[in-house]
This record gives sequence, C-alpha cells and structure tokens, in this order.
Amino acid sequence: MTQRLLLTGVDKSFTLHLRDGVTLPVVAGVSFHVDGGECVVLGGQSGAGKSSILKMVYGNYGVGAGQILITHAGDQVDMASADARLVMQVRRQTLGYVSQFLRAIPRVAAIDVAAEPLVRAGVTAEAARERAAALFARLNLPERLWSLPPATFSGGEQQRVNIARGFLPDLPVLLLDEPTASLDARNRQVVIDMIAEKKANGTALLGIFHDADVREAVADRIVDVSRFATAAVAA
Amino acid sequence: MSMQDNDPPLMRVSNLTHMYGDRIGCRDVSFDLYPGEVLAVVGESGSGKTTLLNCVSGRQHCTAGTISYRMRDGRLQDLNALSEAERRFLMRTDWGFVHQNPADGLRMNVSAGANVGERLMAVGQRHYGRIRETADDWLGRVEISHDRIDDRPGTFSGGMRQRLQIARNLVTGPRLVFMDEPTGGLDVSVQARLLDLLRGLVDDLGLSAIVVTHDLAVARLLSQRMMVMKDGQVIETGLTDRVLDDPQAPYTQLLVSSILQV
Ligand SMILES: Nc1ncnc2c1ncn2[C@@H]1O[C@H](COP(=O)(O)OP(=O)(O)O)[C@@H](O)[C@H]1O
Ligand SMILES: Nc1ncnc2c1ncn2[C@@H]1O[C@H](COP(=O)(O)OP(=O)(O)O)[C@@H](O)[C@H]1O
Ligand SMILES: [Mg+2]
Ligand SMILES: [Mg+2]
Repeated sequence: MTQRLLLTGVDKSFTLHLRDGVTLPVVAGVSFHVDGGECVVLGGQSGAGKSSILKMVYGNYGVGAGQILITHAGDQVDMASADARLVMQVRRQTLGYVSQFLRAIPRVAAIDVAAEPLVRAGVTAEAARERAAALFARLNLPERLWSLPPATFSGGEQQRVNIARGFLPDLPVLLLDEPTASLDARNRQVVIDMIAEKKANGTALLGIFHDADVREAVADRIVDVSRFATAAVAA
Repeated sequence: MSMQDNDPPLMRVSNLTHMYGDRIGCRDVSFDLYPGEVLAVVGESGSGKTTLLNCVSGRQHCTAGTISYRMRDGRLQDLNALSEAERRFLMRTDWGFVHQNPADGLRMNVSAGANVGERLMAVGQRHYGRIRETADDWLGRVEISHDRIDDRPGTFSGGMRQRLQIARNLVTGPRLVFMDEPTGGLDVSVQARLLDLLRGLVDDLGLSAIVVTHDLAVARLLSQRMMVMKDGQVIETGLTDRVLDDPQAPYTQLLVSSILQV
C-alpha cells in the first residue's frame, strides 16, 4: 500500500517559561511511517510522549526538529513547517483526529457536534445528521442524548460522540488517541470493527490504545515510543 | 465554511503602528486575513487590541503602515488612499462593527425593527414592506421574538441588545465583521448563547471576522487563527488550537496558565 505518513527525526520538548525556563524533553529522533490500509499503534508507558506525537502530526503541537510528511492532495506536506492555513486545509481534506477527550461546545447538540466536520466538507446538514445518527445507533448511544449538548454526558458517552465525529468524514489518514479507554466491551468491539472497515478502504491509521485486547485486534505494527525517550536536561 | 484554499487575502495589514503622542497604541503589526477566516486578537487590557481594531476598520487613522482590502471587484485597495466618503461607503456596505457596549452600536431611541431596517435604507433599500420583513427575519435569526420588534433597545436585556447589534450589522450582508469584546459585559450563561449564535452565523454566512477578546475561551470557540498582543506588539501568532495548547512565548504561557480550562 502507499505510504501516507512519514516521520523523520522528530523532536519535541517543552520550555516552561513559568518554571524558570526549564526544558522538559519529551521525544527525540522519532522516525516511522504509516501506509494506507494499516493501523500503526504507538506503545510505551504513560508519559512516554504518545499523545504528543499525535498532536504534532495534527499540527496541534509545534515540532522542535524533523519532518512530518503527509500525503495531501497528491503532494507531500510537512506538518512541522506548514503554516496555519495549510494545516487547516490538511485537516479538512486529509487528516482526521479523535482526541482523547471531547471538547464540548456549549449549546450544540451531540448530533451536530458529530455532523459538523461533514457539513464543513460540504455535505448538507440533513444528510450529515442522518449519517451521524446511524453511527450513534451503531455505537449504542441512547437516542434521548442525541439532541442534547454533550457537556453533561458520561465519559463513555462523550467518547462515542467524539469517535463518531472523527470517523464520519472519509479522510485518508486518521489519528486515534485512546478512543476505547472508557467504553464497555460491546462498544469496544464496535470500534474495533470500525477500524477494520477503515483499514479495508485504505485509510492510514495511527493510534494509541490502552487495552491489550484492542491493540491485538487492530495493530499491524507497534512503534514503541520509549525508544525515542530523551535524557532529562538539568535546569 | 466557504473558505477557498487558494483565495488571495481579503485584508492585508503591513507594519501598522499607532501612537497616542509618545504612547504606543500598537506597533509594527502585520497580518493577512483570508476569506471565511476568523482571526482572534487576544491580550490583556491595554495591550493595543482596540487600537489595532479601530485602525484596521477605518475608525481611526494610523500613524504608519498600510492596510489593503480586496474590494468586491477583486482589486486590492490601499485604504489610506480612499476618500472619506469612499471609506464610509465601504464601512456601511461591506463591513460590520460590533462594539462591546451595544449602546455604542445601536440607536437607543428607535425601535429594534428600525435599528435593523435603517441599515438597509442606508444601503439604498426603499421598499418599506420588504425592509420590515427582512428586519423581522433577522430579529428571528438572533433569537429576538417577533413581538419585540417595535420595542426600543432600552427595554432589552444586555444579551438581547448585543444580539440586536449583531443583527443590525449583519443584515446588509457584510463580508467582514470587526468585533471588540462582543461578549464583554455579559453574564456567563448569556455569553455562551451569544457565542453559539455568532459561531453559527459566521459559519452559515461564510463571514470573515476579526474578534478582539481578552477571553481565550472566546478565541477558542470562534477563531481559526489568533494573535497574542502585549505592550502594543504581536508576540505570538498561529493556529488557535496550537497557540492555546502549545504556547511558546513566556507571556502566552502565562495567559494560558491563568485560566482554568479553555
Ligand atoms: N502542552 C504541554 N505542556 C507541557 N508539557 C506537556 C504538554 N503536553 C504534554 N506534556 C508532557 O509531555 C510528556 C509526554 O506526555 P504525553 O505525550 O501526553 O504522553 P503519553 O500520551 O505517552 O502519556 C509528559 O511529561 C507531559 O506532562
Ligand atoms: N485615546 C487614547 N489616548 C491616549 N492613549 C490611549 C488612547 N486609547 C488607548 N490608549 C493607550 O494605548 C494603549 C493600548 O490601548 P487599547 O488599544 O485600548 O488596548 P486594549 O484594547 O488591548 O485594552 C494603552 O496604553 C492605552 O492606555
Ligand atoms: Mg496520552
Ligand atoms: Mg479594548
């Protein structure tokens, strides 16, 4: 399958100006690739830098050094140096992301939260809502919740809204940050099936999964992030 | 969202400086604003946000720098080269300006319907019935009930007044809207409703906007890009979620860490 994502020599550290400018190293020299049709899983203990890698790929975190090449509209875009507008364009057309926690928007109904990326991509509001409803049903999200804003939902309910929002648009690359962490076994299985379907239609997936059973079921390869750990720099 | 990927900028601001005598209002500010884009300008009180907004919206002359605007015919126009009459025409037809204090943007001694309708008359509409119909429609869109159309804004709550000001600004179909602390004086629950309304309108109409706010949550909800100002200068700029989640400048880190959660 064709390569969709390539990281080469990616570094990340945080400079904490409020703490005397101490530098917190996270990862260095991160290099791996993801092909269309496969799911690469980031492994490593909590704090190893897995989420930070996804956020750099998404353009949500800055990149200290290295390249993150993504195939976008027939070209290679380096997310490490792309300007804000190009990052937005890549997100709209190429790159989806299921964040670990849903960022609720006040007053917006769950169904519209999930349908929004489709509407932005040009699908009519009605068609987008129908597709969101179908996915909510599949994820066993109680129908009485669909028209309510998710701010007061349980963790697992919010997570399913977030999953629907990320999975609905058909984007060639999809990032998943612990999407199954607060789901029961039945819904975990639904997500496993959804990932398999994405793989079958050629999507490149890069994910973090806490549960060993989910990882077993979806991973084609595991990239152990702890091998990119950097030695702490004394302040 | 109607943002086209290869559109040229709608507005281009280069090295804009405004001095109040010896005091810096804003200094050496440059940015491009693209069609369909919402740019947030954040920073604490006195950082130069209002000065910048007033300069780029033609409400105040700048001391130095240039502001170019893409006219409806596609021409990039240097705003300093416009006559006063041309500038006023542009402000009336193509732009909106939402003030923090609704009283600054409304006529308090005429009805809600007239506040919206008179903007249509100012751009040349004459048919009374149609003006009233459009005004009524816009009041509905900003969630003001039809039976309040003949009431004066003085009888409205703060949130309603702000929604009326928004209707008055959007009724003429501007391409660019400037907002100075649009949720500033409102209670939190009222703010949430207004923000949601603004988000929907900006999306539906494909508006471009520059929103000045000291509230990072407002920037997060409304904007795709943001600029952080301090002492009149832009100290950090970029994708809104990047600036908020991975702030680089010491001052931006302080701003972000000073709020509970955005
Ligand atoms: N925005 C941030 N600012 C400062 N430190 C951060 C930020 N994001 C993550 N970190 C730190 O980076 C390290 C890696 O975090 P993360 O990528 O979330 O790890 P993982 O997902 O593997 O648990 C942690 O020490 C975390 O505290
Ligand atoms: N009309 C004015 N005359 C003199 N100084 C002014 C005037 N308006 C603003 N300033 C000064 O310019 C600086 C920027 O103010 P302003 O643009 O209002 O900031 P903000 O909107 O971020 O609070 C401040 O130091 C302020 O005191
Ligand atoms: Mg994590
Ligand atoms: Mg101000």
